[in-house]
Amino acid sequence: MIRHLLSAGDLSRDDAVTVLDTATEMLSLADRTIKKSPVLRGRTVVNLFFEDSTRTRISFEAAAKRLSADVINFAAKGSSLSKGESLKDTALTLEAMGADAVVVRHGSSGAPHRLANSGWVRSTVVNAGDGTHEHPTQALLDAFTMRRHLGDLDGRRIAIVGDVLHSRVARSNALLLSTLGAEVTLVAPPTLLPVGIASWPVATSYDLDATLPKADAVMMLRVQRERMNDAYFPTVREYSRRYGLDARRMGLLPEHSLVMHPGPMIRGMEISADVADSPRSVIVEQVSNGVAVRMAVLYLLLSGSSHDSSDSEPQEDDA
Amino acid sequence: MTGYLIKGARIEGGDQADLLLRDGVVAEVGSGLSAAGAEVVDADGLVALPGLVDLHTHLREPGREDAETVETGTQAAARGGFTAVHAMANTDPVADTAGVVEQVWRLGREAGYCDVRPVGAVTVGLGGERLAELGAMADSAAAVRVFSDDGRCVSDAVLMRRALEYVKAFDGVVAQHAQEPRLTEDAQMNEGELSGVLGLTGWPAVAEEAIIARDCLLSAHVGSRLHVCHVSTAGSVEIVRWAKGKGWAVTAEVTPHHLLLTDELATTYDPVYKVNPPLRTHDDVEALREGLADGTIDCVATDHAPHPSEDKDCEWAAAAFGMLGLETALSVVQEAMVETGLLDWAGVADRMSARPARIGRVEDHGRGLEAGAPAQLTLVDPSARRPVDPADSASLSRNTPYARRELPGRVVGTFLRGRPTVLDGKLQ
Amino acid sequence: MPPTHRTVLDGDDIGRALTRISHEILERNKGAADLMILGIPSRGVPLAERIAARLSAAEGATVPVGSLDVTMYRDDLQLRPARTLGPTDIPDGGIDDKAVVLVDDVLFSGRTIRAALDAIGDLGRPRRVRLAVLVDRGHRELPIRADFVGKNLPTSLAEKVRVLVEEYDGRDAVVIDDSPVAAAAPGVAR
Repeated sequence: MIRHLLSAGDLSRDDAVTVLDTATEMLSLADRTIKKSPVLRGRTVVNLFFEDSTRTRISFEAAAKRLSADVINFAAKGSSLSKGESLKDTALTLEAMGADAVVVRHGSSGAPHRLANSGWVRSTVVNAGDGTHEHPTQALLDAFTMRRHLGDLDGRRIAIVGDVLHSRVARSNALLLSTLGAEVTLVAPPTLLPVGIASWPVATSYDLDATLPKADAVMMLRVQRERMNDAYFPTVREYSRRYGLDARRMGLLPEHSLVMHPGPMIRGMEISADVADSPRSVIVEQVSNGVAVRMAVLYLLLSGSSHDSSDSEPQEDDA
Repeated sequence: MTGYLIKGARIEGGDQADLLLRDGVVAEVGSGLSAAGAEVVDADGLVALPGLVDLHTHLREPGREDAETVETGTQAAARGGFTAVHAMANTDPVADTAGVVEQVWRLGREAGYCDVRPVGAVTVGLGGERLAELGAMADSAAAVRVFSDDGRCVSDAVLMRRALEYVKAFDGVVAQHAQEPRLTEDAQMNEGELSGVLGLTGWPAVAEEAIIARDCLLSAHVGSRLHVCHVSTAGSVEIVRWAKGKGWAVTAEVTPHHLLLTDELATTYDPVYKVNPPLRTHDDVEALREGLADGTIDCVATDHAPHPSEDKDCEWAAAAFGMLGLETALSVVQEAMVETGLLDWAGVADRMSARPARIGRVEDHGRGLEAGAPAQLTLVDPSARRPVDPADSASLSRNTPYARRELPGRVVGTFLRGRPTVLDGKLQ
Repeated sequence: MPPTHRTVLDGDDIGRALTRISHEILERNKGAADLMILGIPSRGVPLAERIAARLSAAEGATVPVGSLDVTMYRDDLQLRPARTLGPTDIPDGGIDDKAVVLVDDVLFSGRTIRAALDAIGDLGRPRRVRLAVLVDRGHRELPIRADFVGKNLPTSLAEKVRVLVEEYDGRDAVVIDDSPVAAAAPGVAR
């Protein structure tokens, strides 16, 4: 297993499957009398959130606590982070506190890479969303949710629709789903697809209606209204008409297809309310699966000895 | 003791000869020279070049003396083989008045490591709205001939036209930082395959090329000299080649880092590789090397941009643009141009001394190593190889992109008006 | 010295041992009432299933069987790379008030069983927990003993006991490897 989780692209297929399988076991923990495992007892997980995201922070916090880790929340609002303390000084503070893992959300792409590779901290770093770069645990929970409904994702067709250019969710999903063998199609107006997308392991389309009939799952991305002011599209109305998922479009999907959204949704913009609340929508399930997937990530990154590479000879069942 | 006798240097990489430096000039060139009282410098195996001239240096003083001062910056220049540098105007206060440019010029004279030619701002406070007093700066003791808002683009076409016209009165040149501002809002790195993957806002080549094309047309229209700073794309080379083909008075520079490094380095998210214009692709690097070799690009200019560690020890988006260049420029050019066979040492002398001196109208520099020429001279050992140690620098800053990278060549001696500023590789 | 392999139980021996253990369980529990058999992954699970099948056949009623993964309760997690979790599959109705029989292949240091007891504690409160193992090789490091033992197998620490099961290994056998290097204390990770 890798030491940090910075990009969904860092995961090999075996790694990804291990995380998803482990998450399945973690999910069953929720059915137990005591919804807690002692596995990370004595370990400290710091949630370092330079950017507000209550949902993600709570999800990581619940995950760490269910594994009995000590959790320290370090959020930007009202702290030294909002007073301009640098990433480096914050990192040195965390190092002094003896954090075993730092879960970091940051507005700048690559900030978790800096934290992991600059030598400022020895902790394991988990990227909880960086700028317009990646959000690997979101991609893992999306893949986990899809696997529970669709089985093995090899050969499955997944459409990701919306503001790909600014979406860390789209980047991580494109990488992870391709690793897992799925055929990903990114659907967006040309203005919202990054330059150089031809080199990504995905197909692209400007035509949502043409993509839906073959999709096993369609993931709608949030589109911020302000993008209109930067001329990415003319009006919200036109965007919704061309790229929003409404009841008519949902009718184009095959019977078994899933409707997904990483949240927070803007109903009426990229997704209509009736679609979001339809039986095909697994949006609520995505949230609950998030905790199990993050438990799996924290367990796999933290439970092993970090410097251990040898000693892997097959052990007796009772050692 | 009077003067220095340099024994057995290969003049611009050609035949070995002795050089006698006396009274600030090259007194004699020949073989088997001897001169009573002159200090002998054994230059066997060394290449002698005319003292290097940099058209593009940020000395940071006044305003950011924590990053660099005129003294430390010119020390770094001397260690890099330079005898003259142009100090960019984006200081605090901005070098947009005769007072500021004279101060910088005087600080250079006092330090004595290198001739400092201040660059004057084109517009007041680099604001891009009103012309600065270009004539007053030209007439000052600093005798400014190069004007630039470097760091900012003179994007207003009318203002650029006026500046180009106005500086004709004193044989000045406008050095443009070609960057269309609207196309590069929040830009962080070259726009291409990697910017999309890394989630960093792209700085598209077209934002540079569109301005260069416009400025070439303007320069032709008003019959003025245009200099294009730090050309970084293959397309820009094409446009400059086209403009030169028309016979227009357009010159261009390329930085050492754009001759060697590519945007692949951004995948580290280490801001030491964050620079403006950004590192481009391998194809761009190839085109820039070709352009420099065939003379489309006139010269190498360092864009030496010191930054204190706190401006680089941070996340990419928060970091300052720029990298050090003075002390490694010649080595990078040796690696990128000489060892690839694209330029010989005479070519290096032309691109790093003669042409930049001519563009900047720097008297007494870039004149070649013949008897009677001013004794600005650089001795380089091309056989040396060394890993770059950021701590081994005269600069106050440490933001070199070449840390631990092995580069060829070493400046052994630098002479300014016949007096060594560097000897045996050490500052004098 | 090359390692040697010695088969100490073959398939028939294992079958007989499991049958005997099954009878002892019924005897001790006074029938199959409230019994639940939980195997510890990986090789404890097929053994548990076989015992449960014997119990069901003997009693004419289905005896619930499941698996209990103890990975997250081990005390050596920080000493070795992260392990993949095995399945935990508790039969419907849960473990509360059940007479749980834990099944594992080899009893050695006792640390796995301690972890299993902790895991059970987080799942509920059984009326009683007993332990069945195919092989007890000694060298306990904790005050733990088995209630039902297929075979007591005195070993040296340099030896390695491997239980092979049809489901994973293609055949049933208990093998002892003499390894000249593996002379480690049993609780030490390897």
